[in-house]
Parts: sequence; C-alpha cells; structure tokens
Amino acid sequence: MTDQAYNFAYLDEQTKRMIRRAILKGVAVPGYQVPFASREMPMPYGWGTGGVQVTAACLVPEDRLKVIDQGADDTTNAVSIRKFFQRVAGVAVTEATQEATLIQTRHRIPDTSLSAGQILVYQVPIPEPLRFLEPRESETRKMHELEDYGLMHVKLYEDIARHGQIATSYAYPVKVEDRYVMDPSPIPKFDNPKLSNSPALQLFGAGREQRIYALPPFTHVVSLDFDDHPFVPSKADHACDLCDASDSYLDEVIIDDQGGRMFVCSDTDYCGGRRAAGHVGRLGEEAI
Amino acid sequence: MTLLALQGGFADAPIASAHAFRAALTALSQPGQILSVTGAAPPAPVSVAAGVLLLTLVDGTTPVHLAGRYDCAALRDWLTFHTGAPLVAPEAASFALGTWADLQPVGRFAQGLPDYPDRSCTLIVEMAALSNTGSRLTGPGIADHARLNLPEVAAFQANRARFPLGFDAFFTAADQIAGLPRSTHVEDF
Ligand SMILES: [Zn+2]
Repeated sequence: MTDQAYNFAYLDEQTKRMIRRAILKGVAVPGYQVPFASREMPMPYGWGTGGVQVTAACLVPEDRLKVIDQGADDTTNAVSIRKFFQRVAGVAVTEATQEATLIQTRHRIPDTSLSAGQILVYQVPIPEPLRFLEPRESETRKMHELEDYGLMHVKLYEDIARHGQIATSYAYPVKVEDRYVMDPSPIPKFDNPKLSNSPALQLFGAGREQRIYALPPFTHVVSLDFDDHPFVPSKADHACDLCDASDSYLDEVIIDDQGGRMFVCSDTDYCGGRRAAGHVGRLGEEAI
Repeated sequence: MTLLALQGGFADAPIASAHAFRAALTALSQPGQILSVTGAAPPAPVSVAAGVLLLTLVDGTTPVHLAGRYDCAALRDWLTFHTGAPLVAPEAASFALGTWADLQPVGRFAQGLPDYPDRSCTLIVEMAALSNTGSRLTGPGIADHARLNLPEVAAFQANRARFPLGFDAFFTAADQIAGLPRSTHVEDF
C-alpha cells in the first residue's frame, strides 16, 4: 500500500511534470545534459537524489523496482531507496534483473543482459565529463556546443604518455551518436560496452548538479580512444570464486587476516543466479 | 468559461499522469511505436491522446500555442482551467497543438539554442489515424528501422539536419500516440 501522507512517488505533480519534460528533452538529444530544478529529497545528496527523482518521475504503480549499489541489492543505500519507493509508490520490488521493469543503479550496469521495455536509472555524482579539465560551466557548455573535445583527447593522451595506457578505469568518457561526449557515471570501464545498443532505455540523474541525460534504446555509444591505443574494457584475470563466471565484473574481497583474497561477482543477483543453476567457483563450496 | 471546461480532466491525476508519461516516454524513446493512452476528455476537436499529453506535460510554466481550429474558446477555457498554461504565439511556445497543416510553417517554432538545445518546442500533431506504414525511420531508439505514416518527409529531414537543434513531435489520433524526436532520420519509402 502507498503511504497516504505522500503524493504518489513522493514528488508533487508540478515537480514531476518539470522532471518529465527534462527527461523527454534528454531522450530527444542523446548525451546532452538537460538542466532541471532538483528538489530536496528525504536523503542526503550522496545517496543518489538525482536518480531518485528520475525514478519517481517514471514509476507507475505496476512497476517492479530493483535498486543496486555497486552491483549489490543489499547495501544500506540500495535497501533504503527500495524501501522508500515501496512506501511512497506502492511498487513491487525484486532483486532479479530479468524481472525488474525499472532498475536504479549506483556505479554498475547489471551483468545479466537487459531487455526491451526495461529502464535503467543511473545515480550520477558529476555529470560533466569535461569538469575536471575546465571548472567553468560557461566554458564546458561552449565546448559541447562546438564539439570541441580536444582537451579530453589531450588528457587521455597524456595518460598514455605517462602510464603507457589510458589510466582512467571508472567514469570513462564516451561519445554518443558521434555528437556529445558524456560521463557514463562512475561505472567501471568494463561496463562501457553495455552502454551501446542496449535494448533498455538508460536515464541519468545528477541531483546536486541538477542535470538529466539519456540514452534511448539502440543508441550508438563509443568509448573515447585512439587508433594506436584502442579502448580495452579491462577485467580482473580471474573467474568468480563463488560461481566461476568469467564474463562478470569482479570485486576483490579480503577473507582472512593472513591476506587471503577472493574474487567475487560485484553483481550479486548474477552470481546468485549462476550458483542456483549449479555453477561452482574455486571457493564456492566453502562459501555457502 | 462554461461548465464544460471544468470537465474532462484526469480522475486520479498522479496515477493517470504517471501512466501517460510512461507512454509518452516510450513513444519518444522508441520512434514509430504506437501506444494507447486514456483518462482525458478534452473538448472537440481535440483527440483523447492530445488531451492526455497536455494534462501530463503542460502547466503554468509552459506556454502553449493553439493552431488553426484548435484555437477555439472551448479548448482555451479547458486548457486554462486544467493546466494554467499561458496561450501564446508560435514563436514563444513550449508546446504547440494542431493538425500538420495548422502548424505550418513549422520553422516558426523554437528550435533550441546552440548551447541549450533543450529550449525548443514540442509539437503535438493531430492526425486522422496512426499506422506503421509509410516513412522509414532510423536512429536512436530504433533497432533496425521503423515505419510511421508521417504527414510529410521533407520537414522532418530538415529538422534532423539541424540536430541537436530542432523540434520534437508527438502524433496523436483518437487514443493513440507516437513520437518523433529530432534525432530520427526520416526517408521516403
Ligand atoms: Zn560470481
């Protein structure tokens, strides 16, 4: 049941209309950051208030919501947001990627392939990919207008000169439909290929910075690189120690005070699903 | 204002507008898809679908242009009562409603600014019917290609050529909507 002290999905209708109009502009101009008037939400900014507002504007009572934080459904942040929408929108919730109609995420794209009709909402801390190169909003806006992305290429090239490779491993910048350079939020660059040609609609909300942007389904997204240094979606050179997956993003976990380590899927639903299907990793039996 | 103007709004606005927005979002993010919406009963000649879009997206902060025979007392009163949207000339509109013929020339409507392409007009184009026939659509939101019975091709090709500037369009007929964002490439079949 919806908590009757709140409007459906918490936000008032005028605020939702404003956010909805911004989302539609974002969809129409993929990768362009649409300004919107972010509202106070009953949670701190670091908890993804931009994503929460986008989710609130999109939800219908029939939705089945999944919330993940770095791939996991059971962190404090993910649990709080899920409970919030159960209370203020009365929606069903799930941890299963395939069953979810709307997924709000912080810093990961699920390892289970998304499907048509699903919406993936990203929590974004810093939406402007050029911000760390140019602090002035008026200047970065001009760069996007003129497609002047030379500074970004210079930065990536300096990485190569200094480290022999592009050192950026999170929030790796992408170019959308050969027009706007976009920050994909701090997902690992392992996830970048999943941004492109996804059957799902991808929406990005930055609360503190007051920006919304979007990738419609089947939008062409390319990670920035150079002919002689092509983009490589790096991955730990291991299989998951619990489910033996070799195609998922892994977290390194300390398991004892002798320095023992294990590598496990960051996507808890993906890992759990594989283990339920009988896949067993190097430490799978002991861990269960 | 007549009593008729007070009728025909959403019975349960938060839920009805949530469903309607989701349909509009699907329509604009998957050009060519035709979806059904419900809940509005606007005065003639406005379709249910156009009425639903207006109630969902328009308010006192979004100037609206009513074109051709859509600029009638019954609709002006209905829109003012239910949304509070100021009624304006084409050049100042955030949303414009009419048939494709009524909306000509579409170059009058805001195309956005080079640094703020979002400051553009959204056209709600009333049609006799919608069908997945005719013009061939490709681009973001479309896996391979889609078809939609657009009222013409040249204007939408010119609109795409200005990307990221341009207008976005919803097409409405009876209770159905389809979307065509400025990003879509349109070809004659
Ligand atoms: Zn695993």
